Amino acid sequence: MHEISLMSSILDTLRESAIQNGINNIKQIKLVVGKFSMALPDSLLFAFEALGREELFKGAVLEIEERDIKCICQDCQHPFSLDNYYNFVCPNCTGRKTEIVSGRELYIDYYEGD
Amino acid sequence: MVHIKLESNILGSNELLARKNRNEFQNQGILVLNMMSSPGAGKTTLLERTIELLNGQLRLGVIEGDLYTDQDAQRIEKKGVQVIQINTEGTCHLDAGMVGKAFKNLPENDNLDIIFIENVGNLVCPAEFDLGEDCKVVVLSTAEGNDKPLKYPLIFHESRAVILNKIDLLPYTDFSLERFHKDLENINPNAKTFLVSGRTSQGIQDWTDWLLEEVHKKKGKI
Repeated sequence: MHEISLMSSILDTLRESAIQNGINNIKQIKLVVGKFSMALPDSLLFAFEALGREELFKGAVLEIEERDIKCICQDCQHPFSLDNYYNFVCPNCTGRKTEIVSGRELYIDYYEGD
Repeated sequence: MVHIKLESNILGSNELLARKNRNEFQNQGILVLNMMSSPGAGKTTLLERTIELLNGQLRLGVIEGDLYTDQDAQRIEKKGVQVIQINTEGTCHLDAGMVGKAFKNLPENDNLDIIFIENVGNLVCPAEFDLGEDCKVVVLSTAEGNDKPLKYPLIFHESRAVILNKIDLLPYTDFSLERFHKDLENINPNAKTFLVSGRTSQGIQDWTDWLLEEVHKKKGKI
């Protein structure tokens, strides 16, 4: 349940940025979460409900975009998607030297407010 | 309505502190291992056996993570090495800030070869937090079942070494060594694996030999 820590850090970043930009009410927040990160979208939404109770976040909608796991084979440069989270084997050459190029994301993309 | 593009890494502040820790460990030439496992896999017993073999040859320190108690730290202290307790008070993982503070409080932190960080027992959350360590090490025990690498792929993917503990209990479990090696090969073919028993000391020397090599590699880089 480290999503509580993650959300606490997300809200701190948003509070600071809102002050800098003169925003009093945030309407929309967009997060990008890779499927190979250990953060569960449902738990992040729960943590947002629990922690974001002040006026700044009143009525704000939290949108979470999940990114698929994509790898590149280091041997044959073949790009491939990983559907099962654990089989890091190149479908082209069966090589096992793979680099994850997408799926580890964990960032605040943008927010909107007045 | 104002649109603010942030593209701000949620773990950014932790990563900044982890980099600070890593620089500090590098400057001191200390090999730092982040030991992770589920509760009860035997991390503390494994550390006790490890200390027994290495104490005298290397200067060792331990940072003990635990939710509330200092029971593990007391066990380590009896082995005669420096130990600092971190109580996370409910938090399910250690972060780089906690480790940085604990390191400052280790009495002889400028006179060490290895620091073992014993993370909170959990196979999910600790995998996400860089502490500034050289290697993540995941400990699994035979009693937990051979399906753990597939069920918790991130922690097994990120670890440089995988220790299978309680190997003495293998005949009494349905743990399939073949399946374990095959799954690990698909998730992390470069992981160094050790089959050990903290209770009987079987296999512990292979692990400590590897640690000695890693310490020498690290010292060579300074």
